[in-house]
Amino acid sequence: MGLTDTLLLASSGEPPGLLPARQQMAVSLGWHIVVACFGVALPTIIFVVHRRGIVRNDAVALGLARRWAKVSAVLFAIGAVSGTVLSFEMGLLWPGLMGRFGDVLGLPFAFEGLSFFVEAIFLGIYLYGWDRMPPRRHLAMLVPMGIAGVVGTFCVISVNAWMNHPAGFDIRDGEVVDVNPWRAMFNAGVGLQFLHMWIAAFMVVGLLLSSVYAVGMLRGRIDRHHRLGFTVPFAFASVAAVAQPFVGHVLGMRIHDTQPAKLAAFELAQTTESPAPLRLGGVLIDGEVRWALTIPRLGSIIARNSWDAPVPGLEGIPESEWPPVNITHLAFQSMVAIGTLLAAVAMAYWLARWRRRDLLSHRWFLRLVVITGPLAVVALESGWIATEVGRQPWTVWQVLRTVDAASRSSGLWWSYIAVLVIYLGMTVGALLVLRSMARRWRAGEDDLPSPYGPPREEAVP
Amino acid sequence: MTVATLVAMAMFLGVIIYALLGGADFGSGFYDLTAGNAQQGAKVRTLVDHSIGPVWEANHVWLIYILVIWWTGFPATFAAATTTLFIPLSLALAGIVLRGASFAFRKYSETMAQARLFGAIFAGSSLISPFFLGTVAGAIASGRVPADGYGDRLRSWINPTSLVGGCLAVATCVFLAGVFLTADAARAGDVRLADGLRLRTLGVGVVTGAIVFAGLFLIAHDAPTLSSGLRNHAAPLLVLAALAGVATLVLTYQRRYAMARLSAAAAVASVVTGWGVGQYPWILVDTVTIDDAAGAGATLIGLLVVVALAAVIVLPALGYLLWLTQTEEWTGTATHSPASASADRSAPGCDRPASAARRGPGRSRPHP
Repeated sequence: MGLTDTLLLASSGEPPGLLPARQQMAVSLGWHIVVACFGVALPTIIFVVHRRGIVRNDAVALGLARRWAKVSAVLFAIGAVSGTVLSFEMGLLWPGLMGRFGDVLGLPFAFEGLSFFVEAIFLGIYLYGWDRMPPRRHLAMLVPMGIAGVVGTFCVISVNAWMNHPAGFDIRDGEVVDVNPWRAMFNAGVGLQFLHMWIAAFMVVGLLLSSVYAVGMLRGRIDRHHRLGFTVPFAFASVAAVAQPFVGHVLGMRIHDTQPAKLAAFELAQTTESPAPLRLGGVLIDGEVRWALTIPRLGSIIARNSWDAPVPGLEGIPESEWPPVNITHLAFQSMVAIGTLLAAVAMAYWLARWRRRDLLSHRWFLRLVVITGPLAVVALESGWIATEVGRQPWTVWQVLRTVDAASRSSGLWWSYIAVLVIYLGMTVGALLVLRSMARRWRAGEDDLPSPYGPPREEAVP
Repeated sequence: MTVATLVAMAMFLGVIIYALLGGADFGSGFYDLTAGNAQQGAKVRTLVDHSIGPVWEANHVWLIYILVIWWTGFPATFAAATTTLFIPLSLALAGIVLRGASFAFRKYSETMAQARLFGAIFAGSSLISPFFLGTVAGAIASGRVPADGYGDRLRSWINPTSLVGGCLAVATCVFLAGVFLTADAARAGDVRLADGLRLRTLGVGVVTGAIVFAGLFLIAHDAPTLSSGLRNHAAPLLVLAALAGVATLVLTYQRRYAMARLSAAAAVASVVTGWGVGQYPWILVDTVTIDDAAGAGATLIGLLVVVALAAVIVLPALGYLLWLTQTEEWTGTATHSPASASADRSAPGCDRPASAARRGPGRSRPHP
């Protein structure tokens, strides 16, 4: 949040729990969403190499599957606990939302719980079943995990979509009545939002995995292991990266009808213009747009699919209902810019490959691939910031303000600090462990014995 | 029998299952913590790793199950509890996070120093979570959560009933884990390890029984509604718990571990069920009943649909996982000695001693 925004908020008599609640939710959600992507997409990606390893007797592919499985053990563990945090936080941070609307929005969470069960059970069987089960049956254990990934994503996004497009209830005399949880769950926004996130998961995981192998290739480790380790995830990510702009575009067009204030913030539009220009970059300072690159008419084309249809401006919306405009605008455009770049990189690689040119032999391309991984994460976070901050001041669009949803407890600052410390520790721990696993694999160890087992003979260089 | 009561029972079934499965999981941290130094403790720690490794994530989804049914079926009381009991819930959550992360990190850690650090965090945090979850239960059971929430931030969970709840939760977890770990060690063929654990489990069992019955006296004044419920409706369950507890001690003493697991589970399940029956029909004792707390009717039905799906989808799958962990391929040798190296089969978490010989000058070195 901008400093001015922060100070304004802090001094405007809001409940003391509001600011730390928002910050804590942002940190814990932003952290979890990256790890959750692995839970959603990694089982499917592993399935491809694992199946290849069995059906084609490909030892390299099987080796990749084994390693990615061990990586997933670490990532799914921290994904599960950070998800548990979010469950608790629904109650600890947002009692105003849960107390009033818990029975409206809770059903998708219940289904999500089912998919977590399936995911956790079959993950346990898959990880511990290596060499202990018939190979094809072992491979099949990935299938429920993949399905659980789809269902779980749908369910959790269903709640977020409901917050943007409330449905399945009425409010009479201040009471929430006529609750229909199924209509709430299958609300107008869930289909496209789900698709957008599910595709994003494959982009993030595919590009992060392939950038790891690109690093290896830059360091001279060019072998089948690295090539296959690059190609399979990159293929998934490429399909996703090329499809995503279309999904995003359709999603963006809906926002004009459903959440015009959010669209106005995305486009940094103070006034409703027709045709509307596109403002690349730029910030709104004291009622004036500065440092934006304004391209005429492109706003109407991109946001409304028309030569001159109007893009709503903030002037048509009471100021008390404006979201934080600059954060929303810059986050949205970062997401789009990065997404476009990633789609271009993907298309370039496969086009070149079709023309029998191997871009992997060029160091500049490898370096480009290396940064696509982190860039995909930045795009993911930017998108979430754009949609969540853009929905403010509402927690439930036009129904419940965030101010009223937050806990009134002033002790939330302690909780926020604790979350920061613990999550920092988990990040450091995860990075240390994953890097040490990679180092030991490079040094030739296949198994990674636990150090508190039988004594090790020698230290790894 | 209203729909609301059915949903509450489904939720409470989750509490019982979590107390058993998650409990055995949490309790293993105690044995990990008290296993001794790096050399002596290696066997116990490897056993813990092997026992809960495949199942710990699935075990803890039961907590999500409980929370989700609560906030969906009885939303206002959920908000009341989370605002009042913010501190113990946050502390329990911290324990869950730290133990899950450090368990996974320890398994793949490189050096003994790292393993010790992660192991200590894992073991310590394993005991924090059940304690604070127990204080939460005590707070609810003694009527300290007001219907509108924002109750006393400290006294709601620092009181005799909450203290009993917390200690009881830890004790039952450690007891369950002891019986299960002993059984696992025996099944894997390590008699010395099993015997050592057996003695500790017997001690823990006696302490647990003492806590249960001392606790009944402590809460008599502090939580009269609960106390009365325990003495009347729930009395048969408490008797069953006592019998099953004694049976467990006897069976463990006789080294009949497979049966001992069943009676241990029965004992703990009886204690937890006794609590639930004792406070029926209150969801927040003396404040809100189950029927008053219930959310929208359509939602309650929806929850029952989910529970039915869980019975059809989750229970068989969970049964499959638990069954697999009991088969010979999966039990293997949880602890390794040079003599068993040749008979050992590969395992992801367990080491292959042979791998030490495979490392060597023949391996390709990375290019500089």
